[in-house]
Amino acid sequence: MIPDFIYLMRSELVVTLIIFFLLFVKIGKGMRNSSLLPVIQFLLLVNFLSHFACHCSGNLFGNMFLVTSLITMQKAILSLAVYLISLLCTEWLKKTEHLAEFFLLMLSALLGMFFLLSSGNLLIFYLSLELATIPVAAMANFDLHKRISSEAAMKMILSSAFSSGILLFGISLVYGSTGTLSFSALPALLNGSPLQIMGFVFLFTAFAFKLSIVPFHLWTADVYEGAPVAVTSFLSVVSKGAIAFVFMTFLYKVFQPLHTTWYNLIFILSIITMVIGNLFALRQNNIKRFLAFSSIAQVGFILVGISSNDPGGMTAVIFFILVYVFSNLAAFGVADVIAVSTGKETIEDYKGLYATNPFLGWILALSLFSLAGIPPTAGFFGKLFLLTAGASTGNYWLIIIAGLNMVISLYYYLKLVRAMFMDKNENPIPKIYVNRTVKWAMVLCALAIILLGMFSWLYDHIHSLVA
Amino acid sequence: MNLHIILLLPLLTAAGVLISSNKQVIRMISLFGSLIQMGLALALYFAFTAERTAGIATQMLFEQNYTLFTSLNIHYHIGVDGISVAMIMLTSFVVVAGVLVSWNIEKMTREFYFLLVLLALGAYGFFISLDLFVMFFFLEISVIPKYLLIGVWGSGKKEYAANKLALMLMGGSALILVGMLILYFNAGHTFDIQQISQSVIGGRLQNIIFPFLFLGFGVFTALFPLHTWVPDGHSSAPTAGSMFLAGISMKLGGYGCLRVATYLLPEGAKEYANIIIVLSAIAIIYGAFATMMQKDLKYINAYSSVSHVGFSLLGIGMLTQTAITGALMQMVSHGLMTALFFAVIGMIYDRTHTRMTAEMGGLLKVMPFIATILFIVGLCSLGLPGLSGFVAEMTVFVGSWENADTFHRVATLLACASIVVTAVYILRAVGQTAMGPIRTEHLSLGDAKWNEKLAAIVLLAGILAIGIMPYWLNDLLTGPAKIIMDRIHP
Repeated sequence: MIPDFIYLMRSELVVTLIIFFLLFVKIGKGMRNSSLLPVIQFLLLVNFLSHFACHCSGNLFGNMFLVTSLITMQKAILSLAVYLISLLCTEWLKKTEHLAEFFLLMLSALLGMFFLLSSGNLLIFYLSLELATIPVAAMANFDLHKRISSEAAMKMILSSAFSSGILLFGISLVYGSTGTLSFSALPALLNGSPLQIMGFVFLFTAFAFKLSIVPFHLWTADVYEGAPVAVTSFLSVVSKGAIAFVFMTFLYKVFQPLHTTWYNLIFILSIITMVIGNLFALRQNNIKRFLAFSSIAQVGFILVGISSNDPGGMTAVIFFILVYVFSNLAAFGVADVIAVSTGKETIEDYKGLYATNPFLGWILALSLFSLAGIPPTAGFFGKLFLLTAGASTGNYWLIIIAGLNMVISLYYYLKLVRAMFMDKNENPIPKIYVNRTVKWAMVLCALAIILLGMFSWLYDHIHSLVA
Repeated sequence: MNLHIILLLPLLTAAGVLISSNKQVIRMISLFGSLIQMGLALALYFAFTAERTAGIATQMLFEQNYTLFTSLNIHYHIGVDGISVAMIMLTSFVVVAGVLVSWNIEKMTREFYFLLVLLALGAYGFFISLDLFVMFFFLEISVIPKYLLIGVWGSGKKEYAANKLALMLMGGSALILVGMLILYFNAGHTFDIQQISQSVIGGRLQNIIFPFLFLGFGVFTALFPLHTWVPDGHSSAPTAGSMFLAGISMKLGGYGCLRVATYLLPEGAKEYANIIIVLSAIAIIYGAFATMMQKDLKYINAYSSVSHVGFSLLGIGMLTQTAITGALMQMVSHGLMTALFFAVIGMIYDRTHTRMTAEMGGLLKVMPFIATILFIVGLCSLGLPGLSGFVAEMTVFVGSWENADTFHRVATLLACASIVVTAVYILRAVGQTAMGPIRTEHLSLGDAKWNEKLAAIVLLAGILAIGIMPYWLNDLLTGPAKIIMDRIHP
């Protein structure tokens, strides 16, 4: 008889085993990067597939650790993203001096996110959030010879520590006024007293920091720019995705009694986030900063979906994040290939890219169209479903502003497309040899970007899990 | 007839273009793909009229309905009525001509044809879909091909024009999107056009939604004052791009204004009809006078497009059955005519390397075929009987005259008067280009090649078919126009 917890915690166990494996590799003779990397990639694939092993749900340790099919699905999306990052950033990973440590940190963060998604108690929630954040700060420092990389790590760790402090304060206020930390017991005890609202606002602020919602976004661009591309893509896709999932459960399940309070917050913040993110993205010239601000704007759109407060909204957000994984990772993948082989990172350098590297040009264009929400890419469906969810509350101002922001965002995405396809460059990026693994991963992303929206059963499947 | 073929064929053509690397093969694939598509469009017309004469009177024919997103109640619902059939025929004619005139494109040939076919695919999908979501999907598909066609293969201020076009059209899409979502939640969570038309939407709500949808589609069809992308976009685009923009894309907007905004929101249409009339009358007159000041052939046709499209919007605003039929006829007629005009301008530019009328003259002597086509299309534009322009504009005016009050009469008279201005600029442009003394450097220029002749003949056939025997088009369009009118005056 296999104990329950092996079924329920299988993804956590797999990740832990991989971490141990990496530790042993490090203690032992060590392996060369070129032979270790395929092993890691294979293990990450196993990790992704392990989520589909069984459809179990239940809870462990007295409601501290919850598993439902929906949570498993969310974990699967995150694992998929990590697997894709390991493929897309092959070039950079091969060159890094401490490959085992890098994945050690990344998988620790992933483990933290798994616990975060499964958490049923504010304490385990706090603990796992720390586990999900601190390793990422260490990862941001991985370009060991660049000062800007350490600066990024410093900014990241300081802002995380600050937001953790706020989070703890919020937790203590909520605990003080309700006397419980359990997610299942909290809703009944929330009555909207000023103390509770204050505690909730502190909790909300902590989330806002992690999701880089304006005005808590100031760390984002610097960190994205300084960190290696592999870390930046992990931050912008996996971390954001995990936090957004938890944020939603938090608002929909735990803080449902304070719905009016958080709806107003989300309404205002989503507008500010979209507008500021878009306006700043207009002026960026470094591709990583550009993608940083664009991802801030995307979070604004996610908030539009979250504001709906119904299963439709949750479905739309999960679907959007799934699409976002592919679109954003493909964009970062191209940026990584170019940065590693030529060291070029500005939009100026991308001029004339299509003439010399048509494959990279198409992949980047496709992912940008998907981020901008233009059909036939999946991003169109993702954005449209978010707006549909946002409109379901009957507050149409939000979607009017979101629609305008889609136009603004198209402007800067097209700026990059224009640089690649139309502008002339006397010193274009030379023809780059793209590693076969990277190429396949990019093709996979491109296929997902084109087909994901059309596969309507996927959306309906997510909806059935949510409802 | 199974409507899926209409979408499947362009899809196959696009795939064929993508996988082949030889330029000649790519051209042949696109040509044969679009020729077969034209045959299909004609077959669709005959199948459609056969069904109608057999007495099948349902609003839509050849309907198919598949569930796409169950939880959101989105259906892939397709079907055609007379308007769609006419628009599909128009599109297929313009596509064939567009493929033919682009025969000599050497720069990134594969990408060029792929984008052309993608644009056409979007238009076909748009015209057959009966679900707002799917319709919106197909409408948006065409934005990127237009942007890249202008930006990569265009001339002049192409980056600026491409950006302006993409952003304005995206703005229009955003308006449509908002209107569509408000409609969705107030019509009982459905995007299906027929289901929405059966649900009761209050007058006040209709007045809120109508501007979103009408202005949104209005951007696409160059509703004054949202027409500013037209001159820049048309003049910077490559020849086939201009033809597609004016011949197909602007019709997407007109079709949407009618099928979505007016048909679904009759109360809103009544409320705003007068504003539409004022705006379109301004567009007609402003467009005509602006054209008079232009010296570049492409700008001449672009501004005259603003003026001519004004007639179809005027017809929609007049809200009588004849006027709406006329508006639709004008869309088809203008699509063919303006595509032919741009094709001819492209042919002339390829030879003289200028589009300024002042730098040309006497071209009739060296390129009799091209110059003759230019004459014919010019005459069609100013409404010579026997050509499609006359039929369409006449129907709009007759329909407009059915409204007996002063306001409508004045608007109609003003619109009629613009024809005089049209005659001035068309005759002047054609005269300066084709007549008079020829420049010495133009003496060695040759006439049209087979592909150019074929393109011109295809479009000309359409223009003559409408001009000489307009009854078939009229028969196609009056039925749907009556259904729309029945909703406005029940």
